[in-house]
Amino acid sequence: MVTVSTTTRTAQDLTAQARDVLGVSRLTNHALTSWLHGLPGVDQVGCEARAASLGTRSIKTTSKAWAIDTAIGMIDLTTLEGSDTVGKVRSLCAKALVPDPLDPTTPRPAAICVYGDMVATAKAALADSGIHVAAVATAFPSGRASMPVKLADTRDAVEAGADEIDMVIDRGAFLSGDYLTVFNQITEVKQACGTAHLKVIMETGELVTYDNVRRASYLSMLAGGDFIKTSTGKVQPAATLPVTLIMLEAVRDWRDLTGSQVGVKPAGGIKTTKDAIKYLVMVSEIAGDDWLSPEWFRFGASSLLNDLILQRQKLATGAYSGADYVTID
Amino acid sequence: MPKFEYAPAPESRAIVTIEKSYGLFIDGAFTRPKATFPTVNPADETVLAEVSQAGPKDVDKAVAAARRAYEGVWGRMSGAERGKYLFRIARILQERAREFAVLESLDNGKPIKETRDFDVPTAAAHFFYHAGWADKLEYAGLGAPGDAPARAHGVVAQIVPWNFPLLMLAWKVAPALATGNTVVLKPAETTPLSALLFAEVCQQADLPAGVVNIVTGDGRTGQALVEHPDVDKIAFTGSTEVGKIIARSIAGTAKKATLELGGKAANIIFDDAPIEQAVEGIVGGIFFNQGQVCCAGSRLLVQENIHDQVIAKLKRRLQTLRVGDPLDKNSDLGAINSREQLDRITMLVDAGVAEGAERWSPACTLPTKGFWYPPTLLTGVSQTHRVATEEIFGPVLTVLTFRTPQEAVAKANNSAYGLSAGVWTEKGSRILWMADQLKAGVVWANTFNRFDPSSPFGGYKESGYGREGGRHGLEAYVTTAPSTLTGAAR
Repeated sequence: MVTVSTTTRTAQDLTAQARDVLGVSRLTNHALTSWLHGLPGVDQVGCEARAASLGTRSIKTTSKAWAIDTAIGMIDLTTLEGSDTVGKVRSLCAKALVPDPLDPTTPRPAAICVYGDMVATAKAALADSGIHVAAVATAFPSGRASMPVKLADTRDAVEAGADEIDMVIDRGAFLSGDYLTVFNQITEVKQACGTAHLKVIMETGELVTYDNVRRASYLSMLAGGDFIKTSTGKVQPAATLPVTLIMLEAVRDWRDLTGSQVGVKPAGGIKTTKDAIKYLVMVSEIAGDDWLSPEWFRFGASSLLNDLILQRQKLATGAYSGADYVTID
Repeated sequence: MPKFEYAPAPESRAIVTIEKSYGLFIDGAFTRPKATFPTVNPADETVLAEVSQAGPKDVDKAVAAARRAYEGVWGRMSGAERGKYLFRIARILQERAREFAVLESLDNGKPIKETRDFDVPTAAAHFFYHAGWADKLEYAGLGAPGDAPARAHGVVAQIVPWNFPLLMLAWKVAPALATGNTVVLKPAETTPLSALLFAEVCQQADLPAGVVNIVTGDGRTGQALVEHPDVDKIAFTGSTEVGKIIARSIAGTAKKATLELGGKAANIIFDDAPIEQAVEGIVGGIFFNQGQVCCAGSRLLVQENIHDQVIAKLKRRLQTLRVGDPLDKNSDLGAINSREQLDRITMLVDAGVAEGAERWSPACTLPTKGFWYPPTLLTGVSQTHRVATEEIFGPVLTVLTFRTPQEAVAKANNSAYGLSAGVWTEKGSRILWMADQLKAGVVWANTFNRFDPSSPFGGYKESGYGREGGRHGLEAYVTTAPSTLTGAAR
């Protein structure tokens, strides 16, 4: 069961808070630019070396068992295909409810993540299991639509029962330096979310530089995002360890600055237990153990769950079972 | 709140066989052990093996074997053939990497992740790099234009320290052999085992007898080696104090020397630095190998306007450092190499506190047996304090501040040493200006403690003279004086 604090914030509230953080009387693009560009730079080589060195931690026996169960509980089990059907979504929900029929002690993932039109189907299938339904919105994955369309997309998913909304930022606006537009869009979507949790997808593969990732992280937190998320999964590279490292530093320092905690969700390309454990090591050593729960850290993934289950079976029985002993969905 | 606890993940020590006692490696074979002394595991003070104290007669035999090998085989061999032996040694080092990593960790006390990921691979890389030079020396531009062709000195005496026993051996042996010299090497008294395992590698590679000789022992062995009349060149890495003794003892002789001595490097953080990476660089700069590194970034010079921010981030980072069992793959810091060194660190830090420095260490439980020192910050340090000028050679960072680039340079250069320095800023022009102003053999920009066989390394002032690595490093192992050999290949 995931407990998520519910916060309803209006766009005006968020703008007022942002003025406060920046110490300005009017929130202009100039003010946002000065603030974001005043953040310390990221040295690419150093950042990647740090991420790689954390990847060499050796997680064995009891720690591994703990990490596997923790990682399963943090998964947003995802299907985001044009070919998704009611049948496919129901079967994914069934998988979330019973991840491993051979072992009922296997924890359940945190949420099912689908397109907006599948929310009602997922909601009905999951009933009162406590597993959340997350919907991608705002003209996912490109975000290339007008604001009324994005807001309608968001409201539609919320009305269908989505507990969480995964929005995409306007990367075009971000890259052209129009931070105010990005900020305003996030605050408006946040307002449209009502009590639903907002995850802000930055699509770091399109932002390219680590400096941009840091700036986009701060901008998303300033605008009221409850989570910052790396990627849609539709652009390569998707989640990487160095990008997640920068986001974890950002949420840690944001809490020091404002007192409020924001979650992190790497998504796309995390397929193995080994990868997932590297991320958990990073969460623990960079942001701190306060982030080691589904409330504050999620994996956006589909095939990861089965590899975690395989490794879990291996730890329990001492032998690898193989792909035929885990259900595909 | 959950907590991610790492279960013990020890590397197995079964991979390496340690003999009860070792003789000396002279003329391709091990002598019978005699006059032995113990070498201990600094992490728990258990005796690992007994090794022999080489006396003047043993040194004499080793130098004679090296001379025979130089005149009979090695000095006459073509560079291409020498290169084959070096490539073979490099490959064997890679094949036996785990063995070397475990042995080095046991004998030195450094964490396995460093021996596994740094010491052993870099040692192999030095052999690969110099293997490539062996048949290309005439294109290396050695000597002045118009000079006679460069040739080997002959017999080289090499003395290496305990902080990187195998790596320093590689830094010395690889260029010496590539250029056609033969070697008598003395490993440090407290860390002889990886050099003795390297002797086995020489046998395995069928290196001709006498090309590499290894004599173990304390300072007396080193003295006998340095003063031996048939040694042509000396290469020493170690303390400035011993370096000065060596320089005095060879004054007036024809012996050449390179000395790589102490340091008190400034690691300079400007307010426009990439702060997170700078914090990592500070940590890597001083806590790598427990700070027992001659080029360690032991003096942090941080711009005054970001001092509090940097120290706060540094303290948070140090709380995640894992100090403990060197063979545990998750240990970031291991043991101090010897009681003597531990006592010196303790004495200097106490002196710093007495002079007014403020001392801070993260909470960490140190093992009860063995030689351990927690990672330590000394803040509020001034240039006049002993801890700001003397080399501590331990996991102790002294923190000073500056206001302008000019002041940073003045403070950084205000040292008897000049081995290395670090500069952290996102401003490219400032990096170039700083590198030009700093009197240090190596200046790292937005990184620290990076080593590569192709990059020369060495110091200014009391940090010594001569360069190791790269094309420059070859110069120290050749001379343009006429050859004493007849019919030698080049």
